[in-house]
Amino acid sequence: MAEKHATTAYSRFKNPGFVTRLRARINRGDSWLTYDLRNLLPGDRVDQDAIDELETQLLLADIGVDATQQVIGRLQTLFDGGKLYKPVELGRALREHLGSILAPCDGPLEIPDDVRPFVILMVGVNGVGKTTTIGKVAAHLKNQGKSVMLAAGDTFRAAAVEQLQEWGRRNSVPVIAQPTGSDPASVGYDALAAARARNTDVLIVDTAGRLHTQGHLMDELKKVRRVLGKQDDTAPHEVLLVVDATTGGNALQQAQQFHEAVGVTGLAVTKLDGTARGGVVFAIAQKLKLPIRFIGVGEGVDDLGPFDSEAFMSALYGDK
Amino acid sequence: MFENLSDRLGDSLHKLRGRGRITEDNVRETLREVRLALLEADVALPVVKQFVEDIRERAVGAEVLRSLTPGQALIKIVQEELTRTLGEENSELNLRAKPPAVVLMAGLQGAGKTTSVGKLARHLRERQKKKVMVVSCDTYRPAAIDQLKRVAEQVQVDFFPSSADDKPVAIAKAALAQARKSFHDVLIVDTAGRLAIDEPMMQEISALHGQLEPAETLFVVDAMTGQDAARTAAAFGEALPLTGVVVTKVDGDARGGAALSVRQVTGKPIKFLGTGEKLEALEPFHPERIASRILGMGDVLTLVEEAERKVDKDKAARLARKIKKGKGFDLNDLADQMRQMQEMGGMAALLDKMPGGAQLPKGAAGMADETQITRTIAIVNSMTPHERQFPDLIKSSRKRRIATGSGTQVQDVNRLLKQHLQMQKMMKKFSKGGMKKLMRGMQGMGGMPPGGGLPPGFGR
Repeated sequence: MAEKHATTAYSRFKNPGFVTRLRARINRGDSWLTYDLRNLLPGDRVDQDAIDELETQLLLADIGVDATQQVIGRLQTLFDGGKLYKPVELGRALREHLGSILAPCDGPLEIPDDVRPFVILMVGVNGVGKTTTIGKVAAHLKNQGKSVMLAAGDTFRAAAVEQLQEWGRRNSVPVIAQPTGSDPASVGYDALAAARARNTDVLIVDTAGRLHTQGHLMDELKKVRRVLGKQDDTAPHEVLLVVDATTGGNALQQAQQFHEAVGVTGLAVTKLDGTARGGVVFAIAQKLKLPIRFIGVGEGVDDLGPFDSEAFMSALYGDK
Repeated sequence: MFENLSDRLGDSLHKLRGRGRITEDNVRETLREVRLALLEADVALPVVKQFVEDIRERAVGAEVLRSLTPGQALIKIVQEELTRTLGEENSELNLRAKPPAVVLMAGLQGAGKTTSVGKLARHLRERQKKKVMVVSCDTYRPAAIDQLKRVAEQVQVDFFPSSADDKPVAIAKAALAQARKSFHDVLIVDTAGRLAIDEPMMQEISALHGQLEPAETLFVVDAMTGQDAARTAAAFGEALPLTGVVVTKVDGDARGGAALSVRQVTGKPIKFLGTGEKLEALEPFHPERIASRILGMGDVLTLVEEAERKVDKDKAARLARKIKKGKGFDLNDLADQMRQMQEMGGMAALLDKMPGGAQLPKGAAGMADETQITRTIAIVNSMTPHERQFPDLIKSSRKRRIATGSGTQVQDVNRLLKQHLQMQKMMKKFSKGGMKKLMRGMQGMGGMPPGGGLPPGFGR
C-alpha cells in the first residue's frame, strides 16, 4: 500500500508449499469440516438435529464455548427464519461466520526499514515452543537478508541457553548469553546494546516460560520489557505471545494475563499439527482480536508460516 | 488449578443446597450447568456425556428425590462420581521389578517430560531412598540432553551421558546395562516429545519400550490441554502399554479438565501432579482429595502431610521450650515461622487447600503471596541480633534505618512490631495456662503460630 517502500511484510517471503502443508496437517486426509457436514446432512434438507450435532462438533474442535455459541446462535437465527434449506447453504453460512471471526486477526509481522534494531520479545507459558519458534523466525529473516541477533533470556530452565545457542549456530546468527541464573533483564539490555553497536536489523529476545498465574514471574517479565526500553524507548517493537494450539480454554486466560503484564502485540500459534482440528485459533481470535503473526504446523523450519485467514479457512475446508 | 471448575460447579450446586424438595426439572437444569462447566473446563466431550449420564441415573433414581436434603445428596453424588472418574485411590509407582526398575516417560512436545523426570528422580531418591539413574533418549531437540544433565545435577542423581548422534534404542540399551552394573534401583528414561500421529516416532518409542521392558510407562500431559487430551491419550495408549499418567503445570489456572479426560480415556491411574517450576513441586495424586478441591471443599489432608514433612520439628520444639521457660517469643522466632511458611509453598498454596479457600476472591490469594512473607523476613534481617531479641529497643531512628535497609517504609516496620507484640501476648497467655494445648498445637500444625491459625501479616 502507501508505505510499500519501508516495510518488509513477513508474508512476502511466504514459503511455497506452506499452505499445502497447512491443509494436509490440520486435516489429515479429509477436511473435518466438509466431512462432518456431509455426515451431518445425509439428506438434502437441513434440520434441527444437524445444527445441534454441528454444535457438538465445534465444541470437540476446541472452538470454545463462547465462539461456538456465537456461530450456532447465528445459524439458528437463519434456520428459524427459514433461510437455511440446503446443506450447501449451511456450509456456506458456517464458512462465512467462521471466516468473519478470523478476519480481524490478519496482520503479518512487518519490519520497517527505519527501525533498527527491531526488537521482538517472546513470551509465553512453559513448553509452548518459544525457543523453537525463535529459531525458525530467525532462519526466515536471515534468508530474507536481514541481520538477526538472539538474546538468551531464558536463564531459568536448565540448558535453555544452549538450546538457543544451537539454533544460533544452525542459522549462523550471534547469540548474546549469560550464565543460567542471571537476570534476564540484564541479558536483554546487553543484547540490545550489542545489536545497536553492530547495527543489527532484528533482535529477538527469548524469555523463560512462566505460568501467567505466578505474580512474581510476571513482574520479572515486566522488568525485562522496562529495561529494554531504557536504550530505545520504542523497544520492544513487538511482544509476541506464543500459544500452544493443543491448549484448551486456558489459552484465553494466558493471553489476557500476559497482555495485562507486557502488552502483547501479536500471537504465534504453534503445534497446530498436534490438534486434530485447529479450532483453538477461532477461540483465540474471537476473544482477543490480536493479530496472529505466525502459525506452526510441524517441526521443520519451513513449517512455521504467516497466518492468513483466507488461506486458513480454505485449508480447513479442504479447497484444492 | 481447579478454581474455575469449582466456581462453576459450586454455583449451580449451591442453588440446590438447602432445598427441601427438588424435582426432576431441578436436576435436569443443574446437570445442564454441570455439563457446560465441564466443557468449559476442557473435559473431553465423550467423557462429559458419560459423566453427566451417570449422575443423572443416580440422581433421578431414589437416592436424591427421596432424600431429606436432596441438594446435599446431589452434591455427594457429583463428588463421588468425580472421584470415581479420577480413579478410586492413590496409586504409587510400582517398582517391584528386578532392579533396575525402568520408568519410561512419553508425551507430546512441551508437556514437561524432562522436568518431570527430575522431580520423579528426586522423589524416589529422597522419599523412597532409591538409587536412581536418569538418561535422555531425546536426540532431536537441541540441548535436551544437556537439560536433563543439569536437572540430574540439581536433584543429585546419576546421569548416563548420551549423544545426539546415537540412536535412541542404542542409548537405552547402554544405559540399562550400565544401571545394572552399577546396582541402581531405578532407571528413568526421558524421551523426545512426539505427536501421536507421527508414525516413525511412535514406532521408535515402541521399540524403546520393547528394549527396556519398563516397570512403569508414564504418559505426561499438560493440565492446560484442551479437547485433544482425550485423543492424544487414546493414541498413546494404543501404541504403548501405559501404566500411569503424570499431569503437569497444574499450578496454573487451567481448569484441569484434561486430568479427568485422560484418566477416563486411558483407564490408567494418575500417579503424580506437577505443581510448580521447582524440582520439589511434585505431589502424589489423591483422587478423593482433588475431587473435593474441585468442589471447593478443601484438601486438608495434603496440607497436614506437607506440614509434617517440611516443618522443622526441632525448631518447633526449641521454641516451645523457650516459651515454657518464660522467655519471650522474639523476632527471630517470627522470622523462622515465616521461612517455614515459605517452605510450604507460601500462603497461596496453603489457601488453595483450605476448605473454602478456592472461593476466596482471586486477588486475595495474590495479596497474601510470597511478597508479604519476603518483606517480613527482609525487615527482620535488617535488624541487629540485639534488636531481634529485644524489639522494645526499636525506636524512631532505628526504625528508619531498618526501613531503609529492607527497602520498606517505617509504617511497615511499625506494623510488624505491632503484630509481633500481639503474638507475644498470645504466647504469654498460653505459657501460663494452656501449655499442653500449645504443645499439641505445635506438633499438629508445626510452625504455625498457636491459637491464631494464620501468622501475622495475613490476619488483617
